[in-house]
Amino acid sequence: MAEVLVYVDHVDGAVRKPTLELLTLARRIGEPVAVALGSGAGDTAATLAEHGAVKVLTHEAAEYADYLVVPKVDALQAAHEAVSPAAVLVPSSAEGKEIAARLALRLGSGVITDAVDLEAGDEGPVATQSVFAASYTTKSRVSKGTPVITVKPNSAAVEAAPAAGAVESLSVTFSEQATGTKVTGRTPRESTGRPELTEAAIVVSGGRGVNGAENFAIIEALADSLGAAVGASRAAVDAGWYPHTNQVGQTGKSVSPQLYIANGISGAIQHRAGMQTSKTIVAVNKDAEAPIFELVDFGVVGDLFDVVPQLTEEVKARKG
Amino acid sequence: MSLRIVVTVKYVPDATGDRHFADDLTVDRDDVDGLLSELDEYAVEQALQIAENSDDDVEVTVLTVGPEDAKDALRKALSMGADKAIHVEDDDLHGTDAIGTSLVLAKAVEKAGYDLVVSGMASTDGTMGVVPALLAERLGVPQVTLLSEVNVEDGKVTGRRDGDAASEQLEASLPAVVSVTDQSGEARYPSFKGIMAAKKKPVESWDLSDLDIDADEVGLENAYTTVESASERPARTAGTIVKDEGEGGKQLAEFLASQKFI
Repeated sequence: MAEVLVYVDHVDGAVRKPTLELLTLARRIGEPVAVALGSGAGDTAATLAEHGAVKVLTHEAAEYADYLVVPKVDALQAAHEAVSPAAVLVPSSAEGKEIAARLALRLGSGVITDAVDLEAGDEGPVATQSVFAASYTTKSRVSKGTPVITVKPNSAAVEAAPAAGAVESLSVTFSEQATGTKVTGRTPRESTGRPELTEAAIVVSGGRGVNGAENFAIIEALADSLGAAVGASRAAVDAGWYPHTNQVGQTGKSVSPQLYIANGISGAIQHRAGMQTSKTIVAVNKDAEAPIFELVDFGVVGDLFDVVPQLTEEVKARKG
Repeated sequence: MSLRIVVTVKYVPDATGDRHFADDLTVDRDDVDGLLSELDEYAVEQALQIAENSDDDVEVTVLTVGPEDAKDALRKALSMGADKAIHVEDDDLHGTDAIGTSLVLAKAVEKAGYDLVVSGMASTDGTMGVVPALLAERLGVPQVTLLSEVNVEDGKVTGRRDGDAASEQLEASLPAVVSVTDQSGEARYPSFKGIMAAKKKPVESWDLSDLDIDADEVGLENAYTTVESASERPARTAGTIVKDEGEGGKQLAEFLASQKFI
């Protein structure tokens, strides 16, 4: 059976959820061979094996943290040479897409980004994408070279599928370009204790109607009662009420949770682009004409300062 | 010292219009008004700021690859303050994908001459966000991308890249390819004077032969990816809307419980 390379996104050996989702998708096409790079790469093997990796290729070097993107491209290229896979799958983060694109160019391959589903096809894997602010669904495939495909978080279920997960060390020679862009400083994000926005099963967002940074406390309180991530519309971020890392929309994150709760968000195209594929959508907004209500499964026309705290109390009461 | 900046921009269908696909599954450009991709305005803005803050002699050139109408995007960038423009246009380019576009841009940037390429973070139609990385790979120069803050000084570019896990400070020597995010600073509006001046600024037109690119390296037939189908997403079925009369939060909780979220 053909092998499929899966690029592992991990933090010091802790594998992030989107990579486990990739292993589920990779098994539809072939046998997953994981590639883990940098500090803690070897510690990823047990988790990866549990989720279907037949092999885990690892390489630890300071270059992966000290320089931008290119060292990882060099490593994936080396892995491609070693394995001759049927496809290469990479998580659809900003960095993941850059790695995938440069790799594809080197391999003489096409690249597809932001797939939301993947299936085997007669002429290679077929990727489903959600485009034009999620108003269209396309199916595409790579027609030249080894398909390189990036997949968005929440595109598949994480499944246990125990496999050998044999660790092999990958031999990598860094290219001349590898050290071109130096990372001279790194400030880790402060942990909020909440789930990662793109990976969360529930997202609670606030927009212009929240009307101030301090008022985001009621959005956070609802999120915490549900174990949800917090999102914000561009209007709220541009006003300086909430960090850009939490922005949902065209120029922020695109999310596809089981449940999306929009509070004080009108639902402009910019925002819809980032949340329209959510499974269930509910909204609270003062304006009955707000376009967000065209998307909802359940909507409340009312003042979010009344409705949201009441909802939070009710959730807490029901959860006991 | 002089500094040559090339800003790559894209002419895209208006995202607020009713965008759809043509029969050959390329983006339909006829039925929706086009404009300079909003995210590229940030690139033009940062290039102009670098020029304004520099003691060097700086020339800002805007470059686009696209159909005849794409000149509108160049004109907008020129009216913001760019010095000159290059339009790469060729019938054989129809349907070219990101890999092919990066080839055309790389050849055009090399022909124009550059010390710094500035791009937006992604287009507002394709939204892949990979062209700056591809351009750096093709040109063999450092990729300093997704910056929310950028500075150019003493032959070096530095900047801040805000990622999911961390915020990184980056540094590279020129020549380099930079991309900037919508957090890099509000783009200026063209002034009346700027709009008038833009009409007199030079716009060069190049075709594939000017760039020594063969027709079989680009275009829909030679794309590295194939779109097999495109279907309109079915409209979401109308949901229940209630007016809050004191019980709105409880009603919403009831709905969430019925869907097993609580």
